[in-house]
Amino acid sequence: MSTLGFPLFPEQASTMAPRVDQLYYFLLGVSVFFATLILILIVAFAIKYRRRSDDEQPQPIVGNLGLEILWTVVPLSLTLVMFVWGARLYFITFYPPSDALEINVVAKQWMWKVQHAEGRSEIDELHIPTGRPVKLIMTSQDVIHDFFVPAFRVKNDVLPGRYTTLWFEATKPGAYRLFCSQYCGTQHSGMIGYIIALEPAEFQTWLSGGAAAVPMATAGENLFRKLGCISCHAANDTGRGPSLAGLLGKAVRLQSGATVTADENYIRDSILEPQAKIVAGYPSIMPTFKGLISEDGIMQIIAYLKSLKREEGAQVKK
Amino acid sequence: MNGPVEERRQHYLNVNYGLKSWLLTIDHKRIAWLYLVGVTFFFFVGGLFATLIRMELLTPQGDLVQAETYNKLFTMHGVTMIFFFLIPSIPAVLGNFLIPLMIGARDLAFPRLNLASWYIYILGGVFTLAAAAAGGVDTGWTFYTPYSSIYSNTHVALTVIGIFITGFSSILTGLNFIVTIHTMRAPGMTWFRLPLFVWAHYATSIIFILGTPVIAITLALVAFERLFGLGIFNPELGGDPLLFQHLFWFYSHPAVYIMILPGMGVISELIACFSRKRVFGYDFVAFSSLAIAVLGFLVWGHHMFVSGQSVYASMIFSLLSMLVAIPSAIKVFNWTATLYKGSISFDAPMIYALGFIGLFTIGGLTGLFLATLGVDIHVHDTYFVIAHFHYIMVGSAVMAYLGGIHFWWPKMTGRKYSEPLARLAAVIIFLGFNLTFFPQFVLGYLGMPRRYHVYPPEFQVLNVMSTAGASILAVGYVLPLAYLIWSLRYGVVAGMNPWKAKGLEWETASPPPTDNFDVTPIVVHEAYAYGEAESQAVYPTGKPANV
Repeated sequence: MSTLGFPLFPEQASTMAPRVDQLYYFLLGVSVFFATLILILIVAFAIKYRRRSDDEQPQPIVGNLGLEILWTVVPLSLTLVMFVWGARLYFITFYPPSDALEINVVAKQWMWKVQHAEGRSEIDELHIPTGRPVKLIMTSQDVIHDFFVPAFRVKNDVLPGRYTTLWFEATKPGAYRLFCSQYCGTQHSGMIGYIIALEPAEFQTWLSGGAAAVPMATAGENLFRKLGCISCHAANDTGRGPSLAGLLGKAVRLQSGATVTADENYIRDSILEPQAKIVAGYPSIMPTFKGLISEDGIMQIIAYLKSLKREEGAQVKK
Repeated sequence: MNGPVEERRQHYLNVNYGLKSWLLTIDHKRIAWLYLVGVTFFFFVGGLFATLIRMELLTPQGDLVQAETYNKLFTMHGVTMIFFFLIPSIPAVLGNFLIPLMIGARDLAFPRLNLASWYIYILGGVFTLAAAAAGGVDTGWTFYTPYSSIYSNTHVALTVIGIFITGFSSILTGLNFIVTIHTMRAPGMTWFRLPLFVWAHYATSIIFILGTPVIAITLALVAFERLFGLGIFNPELGGDPLLFQHLFWFYSHPAVYIMILPGMGVISELIACFSRKRVFGYDFVAFSSLAIAVLGFLVWGHHMFVSGQSVYASMIFSLLSMLVAIPSAIKVFNWTATLYKGSISFDAPMIYALGFIGLFTIGGLTGLFLATLGVDIHVHDTYFVIAHFHYIMVGSAVMAYLGGIHFWWPKMTGRKYSEPLARLAAVIIFLGFNLTFFPQFVLGYLGMPRRYHVYPPEFQVLNVMSTAGASILAVGYVLPLAYLIWSLRYGVVAGMNPWKAKGLEWETASPPPTDNFDVTPIVVHEAYAYGEAESQAVYPTGKPANV
């Protein structure tokens, strides 16, 4: 709280926050300079050249090319600085570090559902460790939402029908507000919560606490069996469908001749719209699982497939 | 000139009487009045919604209205203010009235089409009001899918049909202006003798005819998806919700320039008249309008930096958004330079104009924050955005509109309004506006998201300031309504040119005759020839028209 009775700037609680604030101060400085310049000129001219008699007629001035160039080039240069500086920060927010802790978020009217890989899930709260990058893999079950944490200076829309990501690294423990900042219907302003940043050790304690939870990969494996995925997608390439071990992050050649990277969005699409992207050399016989699996379930299967990747082509357990 | 002669002279207002003579008129000056009545009505309807919003936000709890009602209020506020007040305000009222007068023409190129535009505007308004009366719509004026096309159970289809219809009125007005400016300029009125007001409307008209069809089609697609289940934006049917945002902003960003460019045209006229100097750097101000119109079509993606669009697309949109700031900066500097060594008087229109420069400067500079990618990820969809676009669309555009209404009021009505009251209103509006919206910049950077019915208690102080400002602002907006109506009957007779302004519209009587000029003027001077003793045009009969 400042002496005004309300704060002027939000708390800085992520690695991103001071960097965004720095750029903000730069923009503020440029703005205050130009606004003051215009104000002073207008006030000075208004006083100095005020009309003194009604029939006064000043000499006309057509213009001045030098001035026009000056007030084109100077603002242009400054805006280019803003562009480059801003783009660099934006780039950082787009590409999470590879060692980031992955957490899954499903948004729906009007709540945030969070699943940790270790199995703990939470609603309208997200526990994270400080000092470690956290990457959120997010999707929506209905309309567009937006995951916004002012103290971290990050936000990204959460869309139905695809995954978007967001990453941040908390720098100090605390509870920070989480807002939905994309209008999503009646209780939009109730779609809020807290990010609870804990010291890494405390976070571990928290993670292993709570009711005995099934890790996401295990839950995914169970689904993989229950839905019968395993009958075609065997561990070795003996099934009717391609083996999925070690798939994530790999390039996949499609029947259409195109090559795509097998990321989370690709897996999701292949479960729900299997006919859209057929892997080269395989028949297009897979049925859609739309309506048979929830967004949470898809995330669990993806977690399972990722765990296969880590074991580097290990046998799918029978 | 004396009173009794004025009374007997026939002009466009007293040429005939009765409701029919107004509703079937093809005189551009009377159609301007029809629009004035329409936009004033919608301004106060939209203002009423705004009042309720600000009252609700006085406290952090949702205690005045329910969440559903609140969402409808901000939606209807946005829809009425943008589509039914701001977009038609200056072009359809002042542009309609002044463009033929300023270029020395008798009317617009297509007078019947002009009247049709007004009826289309009213028809669209009726649909939208019907939607409001039937229970309203809660999507926000941005109609983002799939909320608008699938999930909302309010009157989305009726509202978008209203906006769809009204769009045709914009298209026809734009077409009319472009043809008129190309073909109906008086002899000697070359392109570079045109008042900057006309240049600004020319640029605006280009946006009208190129942009409006896109929003019309987009909203029609929303209605189709909603009514017939076509899968265009809904991912469950194979649609793409981001496609909607691209199409929507392709129009709606240029629409911001529809709202501000005509205002910039007004300000150029006011600054020139009240400093008795030609506008500094006329060519640069004229071409900056066109630059804004063209570049404005290439920046829509800056509304989508956190939407999931490609990182490279965002970078290009950010760069182009920086570029569109330059022509605006050029205008501000040229207006300021026009004051230099001028003869500045502080009549009410000039107070509005100077206020405009201040508010537009703040609105423009804060636009840079939003165009800067790294900062936008924090302030996007917060009150920072609300504050920014209100500085442009309310602070600037409404200041310009009111400044213009005051400036040309003597021409439109033949009467003067009360100057002290008008100055007072201008100052009240300027102060009230800043108190309302400046705290919202702070709120936004603190992280308060827009469209929140209930908000965390730490944001209350700033919200109370904002609501206090809004009540001052309301006084400032009601005041002109009162004294302008009063002046219609009791105002002092103004005479042909009460401001000693330059321009053809000041060389005909106030109010002008139905045909504007009894004799077609032959223009012999540049615009704003304030150094010249004689008028801008000569008249073949040897004397100025209709005196």
